[in-house]
Amino acid sequence: MTGKRVTFAGTWLAALLIAPQLLLVFTFFYWPAGEALYWSFTLEPPFGGENQWVGWQNFKTVFDDPLYWNSVRISITFALASTALAMGMALLLALFVDRQLPGHKAYRFVYFWPYAVAAPAVGLAFRFIFAPDAGFVSALNQWYPGLWNPARDGIDAVILITLANAWSMIAYNFIFFLAGLQSIPRSLTEAAAMDGSGVLRRMADIQFPLLAPTFFFLVVINLTDSFVNSFGIVDITTAGGPARATDLMVYKIYSDGFKGKDYSLAAAQSLVLMLLVVSLTFIQFRFVERRVHYS
Amino acid sequence: MAQIDIRNVSKSYGKTQVVHGVDIAIADGEFVVILGPSGCGKSTLLRMIAGLEEISGGTVSIGGEVVNDREPRERGCAMVFQNYALYPHMSVAENIGYGLKVAGVPKQARQARVEAVARTVGLDTFLDRKPGQLSGGQRQRVAMARAMIKEPKVFLFDEPLSNLDAKLRVQMRIEIRKLHQRLKATSVFVTHDQVEAMTLADRLVIMNKGVIEQIGAPKDVYDRPASVFVAGFIGAPGLNLLDATIGADGLTLSLADGQRLPVDPARHPALKPGPVTVGIRAEALTIRPAAAGPHAGLRASFDFTEELGVGQHIHAEISGQPLIIHVDGRHPYRPGSALLLDVPPQELQLFDQETGLRIQETDVLTCIDEAA
Repeated sequence: MTGKRVTFAGTWLAALLIAPQLLLVFTFFYWPAGEALYWSFTLEPPFGGENQWVGWQNFKTVFDDPLYWNSVRISITFALASTALAMGMALLLALFVDRQLPGHKAYRFVYFWPYAVAAPAVGLAFRFIFAPDAGFVSALNQWYPGLWNPARDGIDAVILITLANAWSMIAYNFIFFLAGLQSIPRSLTEAAAMDGSGVLRRMADIQFPLLAPTFFFLVVINLTDSFVNSFGIVDITTAGGPARATDLMVYKIYSDGFKGKDYSLAAAQSLVLMLLVVSLTFIQFRFVERRVHYS
Repeated sequence: MAQIDIRNVSKSYGKTQVVHGVDIAIADGEFVVILGPSGCGKSTLLRMIAGLEEISGGTVSIGGEVVNDREPRERGCAMVFQNYALYPHMSVAENIGYGLKVAGVPKQARQARVEAVARTVGLDTFLDRKPGQLSGGQRQRVAMARAMIKEPKVFLFDEPLSNLDAKLRVQMRIEIRKLHQRLKATSVFVTHDQVEAMTLADRLVIMNKGVIEQIGAPKDVYDRPASVFVAGFIGAPGLNLLDATIGADGLTLSLADGQRLPVDPARHPALKPGPVTVGIRAEALTIRPAAAGPHAGLRASFDFTEELGVGQHIHAEISGQPLIIHVDGRHPYRPGSALLLDVPPQELQLFDQETGLRIQETDVLTCIDEAA
């Protein structure tokens, strides 16, 4: 990238132009993050007053709490399950659309719509659809009473939020997979066809290996998203219950901080979550972005 | 035996028809080149033979069996693609051996055959490299080796040389010709490069706008183009084409500016008066020195010279139309200077202006007898 590079003659103009963006990032990210960092090392009185420096005490409390580790375990299970589900389904749909099966143009539009639905709305929809007494899935309970009840059974509740989260992420993955598949030159699959390879064999030998960069990118994005953006779904569908069965890390931060009024513990937990996301992002930049891209 | 029979084959995409009822019969072991400008339907035709494109109408048979509804892998063809279509994530050896792997050939047998084929195309030291680490010519060789390894009945080439530089192209052309002599597989080669087509083909098929203009041996096509289109397409340069009118006597041609030429009555005894297109090869024209006395030929004005090394192409203008004259020596004319041209009447080729088709000479039969 040499040659054509737009530069500003005056530093002032450049600074003026990037100021609004920087101001936003600072106000809504660095400042709160800085506050959280400060709070996590102090005891923050819930109704105002002087902060008290406590060092690593908050972190110690968090890590000694079995409820916190419960939440970590659920979060990881939830993130892995919804990532696998969302990516598997999206890949399948993208393969169908890429093969130009009948109606593929309409599907291409429809599959992307869920991305435009906000998490709380997704949660509300799934809460109705999966309501054990009146929802669409209540038919299950007709056949086998008590089989499905996310309000009482922890496993059902985890399944519910996993489905809802996966559903909302399929659209995003679908678009990336489809773009990835369509960027594979058609002549490669044709050459494989001439080499005697059938549809499934071509997917396994040609398309999947060439999708690898897209695949790794999406794994990281999906995991990050499952850790951070699942609050809306959990809050609407299960509110962390039953018996903390869906108490994801991000939800526990909220409930400890705003319901339990323990800002300091919540801040310490946010910091841990932030470090987790930062390290995922680091993996993304360090290993995935630098992966060999085939020319 | 792998003769290919193409009968009344057509292809449409929705309402647009791109190939209009094409018939070609290709003998076993023959090297046929399909030549035409881009968008003439030649690649589509090749892809229909390969099975990569559905056949909208007509039949394609290979070795006497209709293959219209067969998958590519059931047709026994191998194909070399224009952009080589090498699998970027596989090594050279894996690329070459992929077809055998799919066919379930055990690893050791596969390895031996990959090495043997790689040696014949001079790639045996590159087997571990990825396609991205190879030059254009080497990639081309991998593509060839990948097609060869299955010992196919039919080779299909889709403009395989068009991404190479000029020197490499000539070299690969020779190698493809040698390969064909050795393997004797029926080959169909698609190109838009007429030099490539002339040098490679046993038989040429010239296509334009989805129909076949002419089928014949390269020399026959060069000597007796069947239409104005073929005349302008074959040869470097193509036939000089001039608008003219046949006089009422059927024996003289007149150009738009009034210059006249006699027609050979032995070759064209019964010409109808009216407009025609006259074709003259650049090599058939000679420039006579200005001082050589009375002149019955044509008068043209000099534009510029193209240096060829072995001679020159003189670009001139006659009766408002461009004309190219091939000369062996070097002729330092200045722009605008007048050229006197000798035009042997037996070199004139006439084409119907309405249909674009050749007006056949009466000596066609004797010519073919002589050639035989």
